[in-house]
Amino acid sequence: MSMKISTRQVDGVTILDLGGRITLGEGSVQLRDSVRDLLGKGQKNILLNLGEVNYIDSSGIGELVSAFTTVKNQGGELKLLNLTRKVHDLLQITKLYTVFDVKDDEAKAIASYAK
Amino acid sequence: MTAQASRITYTLDSSLDSVNKVEETAEQMARKAGVDDDEIFRISMAVREAAVNAVLHGNAYDPQKRMTASFENTGSSLVIRITDEGKGLDPATLPDPLAPENLLRGSGRGIFIIRSFMDEVHFKQLHPGTELTLIKHLGAAPAGA
Repeated sequence: MSMKISTRQVDGVTILDLGGRITLGEGSVQLRDSVRDLLGKGQKNILLNLGEVNYIDSSGIGELVSAFTTVKNQGGELKLLNLTRKVHDLLQITKLYTVFDVKDDEAKAIASYAK
Repeated sequence: MTAQASRITYTLDSSLDSVNKVEETAEQMARKAGVDDDEIFRISMAVREAAVNAVLHGNAYDPQKRMTASFENTGSSLVIRITDEGKGLDPATLPDPLAPENLLRGSGRGIFIIRSFMDEVHFKQLHPGTELTLIKHLGAAPAGA
């Protein structure tokens, strides 16, 4: 039921590959802690790869929003990559799809960051 | 657990395990009713959100307070009732999560998602507590589609 998370660096962008569920409890907390750790290390260009996220609840959506605003407030950029249809639909109905910078190509996403 | 006809009722403690159990039961119920995968996702997610509300916002994880969840297939509808023993919820006071000033809030989307995914949502004050009734009409066009 939990979320898997791994981190890699590509051309000055930190990519978090997320998988599983981002829900109240473990998934949301893991995401918050991971973003906080990156910001603490000065890594402010963050790309969340949600390609393997098969479920997200309102708490997880809220965590994405909080991560987005936290990174932005610290002068960084947080973008989303590879939304599954379910996550895409949820961001559409909550009117968040246009708030986030959503990408579907990793190379283009990395190139889009101001470095 | 008690079973009468096609209704099943659980009385559960105020934990995330209970939320997961309620979500799984809703998924099984929807699958058994023959609805498609997209609708199963919508129903189980709406029920999960209702259970989160009961456990987190209603009962505030209080070990002395219980959540009850009943699941009924009437033949024409799936009816799920979630109750808590909290201080009550007035849906009229909930901020609109789609309003520009609320769009970047980190919470407050649960009831909106429930309403988006179900055909009917009813609130009842229990003094103390709240009962949420979620209804999905079988054979109807999908909500939120």
